[in-house]
Amino acid sequence: MGSVRRHAVLAASAEKVWDFIGRPEVLHEWFPTSSTRVEGDKRWVTLPSGIVFEEQILLVDNDLRRFQYSIIGNPLITHHVGTFDVIALDDDRCIVVYGTDIEPEVLGLAIGAAAGQGLRNLQERFGKG
Amino acid sequence: MPRRILFVTTDQQRYDGLGCNGGAVARTPVIDAIAREGIRYTRAIPSNVVCMPSRSTMLTGQHVSTHGVWMNGVPLPVDAPSIAMDLWRNGWRTALIGKAHFEPFLDPFALFTENSLATLGEETLYRETADGRREPHRGFEHMELATHNGMGPLHYAKWLRENHPEAIGMLYPILNAQLQVNEAGGGDTGAPQVKHNPMPREWYHTDWVADRAAAWLDAQSDSDDWFCWVSFPDPHHAWDPPMSELHRVDWRQLDLPAGWIDDPIERERVLAGKPAHWLGWYHGTFVSNYEAPAKWVPATLTADQVREVNAMVHIQNELIDEALGRIINLLRAKGWYDDVDVVFTTDHGEFQGDFGLLFKGPYHVDSLMRLPLVWRPAPSRTTVTPATVDTPVGLVSLAATFADIAGLPRPDYTESARLPVDDDEAVGLGHERVLTEWDSVLFGKIVSLRTITRGTWVCTATLPGSVHDGTDGELYDLRNDPLQHVNLWHDPAHRAVRDDLLDDMWKNLPTTSSPRRECDAPV
Repeated sequence: MGSVRRHAVLAASAEKVWDFIGRPEVLHEWFPTSSTRVEGDKRWVTLPSGIVFEEQILLVDNDLRRFQYSIIGNPLITHHVGTFDVIALDDDRCIVVYGTDIEPEVLGLAIGAAAGQGLRNLQERFGKG
Repeated sequence: MPRRILFVTTDQQRYDGLGCNGGAVARTPVIDAIAREGIRYTRAIPSNVVCMPSRSTMLTGQHVSTHGVWMNGVPLPVDAPSIAMDLWRNGWRTALIGKAHFEPFLDPFALFTENSLATLGEETLYRETADGRREPHRGFEHMELATHNGMGPLHYAKWLRENHPEAIGMLYPILNAQLQVNEAGGGDTGAPQVKHNPMPREWYHTDWVADRAAAWLDAQSDSDDWFCWVSFPDPHHAWDPPMSELHRVDWRQLDLPAGWIDDPIERERVLAGKPAHWLGWYHGTFVSNYEAPAKWVPATLTADQVREVNAMVHIQNELIDEALGRIINLLRAKGWYDDVDVVFTTDHGEFQGDFGLLFKGPYHVDSLMRLPLVWRPAPSRTTVTPATVDTPVGLVSLAATFADIAGLPRPDYTESARLPVDDDEAVGLGHERVLTEWDSVLFGKIVSLRTITRGTWVCTATLPGSVHDGTDGELYDLRNDPLQHVNLWHDPAHRAVRDDLLDDMWKNLPTTSSPRRECDAPV
């Protein structure tokens, strides 16, 4: 099992950041993907390499500010759960924590790399905390 | 008089793979001739025994602790120091043709420049500096990239797809269905990563690299200073040279390498004398990295498989030598060869059957650490007496060497003096020790080694991790134990030597950059 975690501190309130990244349809505006399509609790994400991930949205918890999803329907990927949490540090700063558990494990590293880029994109948008 | 540097690297090539270093199988007359005209180093050592960290050291002149690329999959920051950038800023034409690997190969999110150039149809990408200048990626204004197979986004794979699509499946698939290093066997013996490849030689990456390098060189003017890094992906596994070349070396006729221990009981006894990760990997109970097939157990390796793997490597080495010969013939035809400094080396070695092992990993012995290195200074630039240098030197000296050839001061960022031209100069330049580091972190499995090579001794300390508590290590007397079968770490008679080496190493190792850079891919 590949298990990875990335995090970033942002110079914005948890509420403001969650209002943005808590919307599953805007993933491509911060995560290094080309496009996002959402229908109900399903999401299709197209990567720059042309690969399309079909995802099951497992949880959008506006109180906990937690988003969970799973890549499904991919014969290569036998298990996956991805989670990001937005946690308030104070009124003007929050930390975003992204984690993924995946089989095959090597994909965890690649998704972790993408998450790292996504978090850097969030820091550009909201500022480093 | 223009100054020019032809920097030729191979990948995962052993010291004894070349005729000039005593290799008795592969015919390497081109490299042997370069060695006869220049300086041959008998103990050249990498800063790390896998590709990305070692190549990052070549480019930056820094140890792994400083440049921070501690394992394959960790990208070298785009703003890291680069000797190619220094040369470019001084008006040199700069190119890297073949395998770069400063950035990960497995890149489904298209994060890395190396993987985007072929798709974009660009020679390089220019970035704006803080003061508004535009500079090419890592200082290379021309990059045409390849790796060991025909898949993925690099230029060679694109060329194969566009020109010879039927060839894509001919090369061995490096990765298996789980995207791990493939354990599938082939050839005549079922050895892992061996395949009889029906691809015509002209389509193989070795000849492609030479063709593309020749094309770039041919386009330079008579007055240009240039730095051309020609980086052959072979003889790194997969071991799949074109079948048309298999007649060169019949594996059935090969002697087993000196490092192969035929008696399995003796083999295990030797491995048991080393830190526990050696025997753990041999039995397949402790796989700590992605540098070998996770599902392949070295204890299953047969003598015939070792012969066949070695035969394939010898063939790959001959093809590299002939490809280099074509490039040098071009330089001669243009009347440039006497103005060219030629430097030939590799990034790290390969077990090829030593100790009953293949591939590489956290094992700091000659199989992986003793590398071919040859430097033929340009006759029109300087008069150097052909020499053999026995003093240990590191690939960390390459960047300073290139600066020196270019007539530039040694860059501040480099951590070692240039290469010496003889053993006397080695002392004067301060080549007292070479340091090698290993860190692997694989989802909780951690192995870290720090090694000093000084004189005729190699000493490796293990750091606390998954299998070590930091008290074990390795000490080898290279003069009396050239195969490193006898670990003297715990020998009371050698405690003073060991402790002196360790003291020297800890005093001279750079402080590790912090925080540790993230690993973004398995390779």
